[in-house]
Amino acid sequence: MSLSSSDLAAIWLTLELASLTTVLLLLIGTPIAWWLARTRSRLKGVVGAVVALPMVLPPTVIGFYLLVAMGPHGPVGRLTEALGLGVLPFTFAGLVVGSVFYSLPFVVQPLHNAFEAIGERPLEAAATLRAGPWDSFFSVVLPLARPGFVTASILGFAHTVGEFGVVLMLGGNIPGKTRTVSVQIFDHVEAMEYAQAHWLAGGMLLFSFVVLLALYSSRRMRPGLG
Amino acid sequence: MAQHDLRPDEPTLDAAGGIRARCGVGYPGFALDVDLQLPARGVTALFGHSGSGKTTCLRCIAGLERGARGRIEVNGELWQDSAAGIFVPTHKRALGYVFQEASLFPHLSVRRNLEYGMRRAGAGKVSWAQAVELLGIGHLLERMPDRLSGGERQRVGVVRALLTSPRLLLMDEPLAALDLRLKREILPYLERLHGELDIPVIYVSHSPNEVARLADHVVLLDQGRVVAQGPLTDTLARLDLPAVFSDDAGAVVEAVVAAHDGHYHLTRLDFTGGSVLVARRPEPLGHHLRFRVNARDVSLAKERLEGSTILNLLPVTVMEVGEADTPAHVLVRVDAQGTPLLARITRRSCEQLGIAAGRPMWAQIKSVALLG
Repeated sequence: MSLSSSDLAAIWLTLELASLTTVLLLLIGTPIAWWLARTRSRLKGVVGAVVALPMVLPPTVIGFYLLVAMGPHGPVGRLTEALGLGVLPFTFAGLVVGSVFYSLPFVVQPLHNAFEAIGERPLEAAATLRAGPWDSFFSVVLPLARPGFVTASILGFAHTVGEFGVVLMLGGNIPGKTRTVSVQIFDHVEAMEYAQAHWLAGGMLLFSFVVLLALYSSRRMRPGLG
Repeated sequence: MAQHDLRPDEPTLDAAGGIRARCGVGYPGFALDVDLQLPARGVTALFGHSGSGKTTCLRCIAGLERGARGRIEVNGELWQDSAAGIFVPTHKRALGYVFQEASLFPHLSVRRNLEYGMRRAGAGKVSWAQAVELLGIGHLLERMPDRLSGGERQRVGVVRALLTSPRLLLMDEPLAALDLRLKREILPYLERLHGELDIPVIYVSHSPNEVARLADHVVLLDQGRVVAQGPLTDTLARLDLPAVFSDDAGAVVEAVVAAHDGHYHLTRLDFTGGSVLVARRPEPLGHHLRFRVNARDVSLAKERLEGSTILNLLPVTVMEVGEADTPAHVLVRVDAQGTPLLARITRRSCEQLGIAAGRPMWAQIKSVALLG
């Protein structure tokens, strides 16, 4: 067996983190993307820029601010302590929050594009057929935007699996709690365990390639969406 | 801008029913400001050049134009009254809307497209069987929209709108995206719709032929304003309209098939104040149809001309002489004992014959175009 139990724990933790983050991102990202696609508000530019920030910021910067905000003296930390939740840094919950910020643009942007590609007309047609706004969102928008949701889920999941800087800043390196695959690889390399690192790194490479292959093959079949 | 109201004796508009739409909406470089008063039954054509505001007007009635102001009342139901802060959203207005490109939901089969509106609107006076049969789409129900031809898609779009049992059917150039062959395919269906269902229709078109064939009532729009509105035959035969019909001026006449002549293969069509002979028609006696007399095909003479090859000669009275599309011509509106006709003649002939209002003349009709 080439993977140690701590390797397996890291893989499991990573999958758990990425799955939970993806679900949360779809729930949070859908209304944001819908608002961005439909609004005529002047805030659109500001919100769009804020959502895109994690794409350009170094993960250490995001991690640093989240650490400060969620720490015992930060505004989020005071709130969570007041609610009896304790402080989030160096916990799995803290990692989830960090990952949601970090991967947000990778979910919002495909959804935003998919919603914009649908255009006004199907919604107008639905309205003339007596469908109210919620009804037409579920009966027309969601089915038509499905390729966008597939892309958003894949990108959100894969990007969360691949994060390193935010995890290190925010999660520390606690086995079974915050030690993800990318951190585990770092540990192996630090300890000169190159063989172990190879197994995990090779696995990540294969995973990333398969994900992107799936994504690009499905995109070729559905031009213009996603 | 001249605003011509309906004649007070117009029978289809009574106090209880009818459609009254006052709406205004402004965009950079374009403003719509109209006051429509339409009968509660039959087909009303919103007619005008592209950019005249026809579609915007229709969208205002449907509640699809954000920011439109005004007051819209349909057969006693108030849909919008901006002054009172009332705006019924589109999905709560009992209307059917047929878009220019059908806009079927691509993820649903024809059957599920049709069910979409029907389920939400609840049972109404239009039945599934009736609507599907009327537009001849029974064999298409299991197809996906991308497997339909343009004409089939439009027919499905019409049925989908009908199945909500609308109190008002709005059609935005449903034939504009179709080629001539498909137009010919779908027009008879639209005519049946008109004949068999008692739903008022507002039909946007820029085609004089479509208007002449389908409409009972016409509203002429130009640059976002109403130039004229009234019953079709009267409105099309007016001279004071801007050159909407330009070289295409003509009158539309409602007629009945009165006799067939087997020997000469002719059919006599009777209308108010006269009759014309046309090449043998397939319709039975008593069938109602419309024909269009192009102003270019009508000439005027002081006396009944004998020894001419022109079959159709009608005694008329000159009502009005107006400008035509070129300075060399004038348009003359004549009254064939109750039926208005237009004649496009040269200014020279007009002066030499002394044609003026009140003069009795003979109109020679070179040809008529039957509108089905």
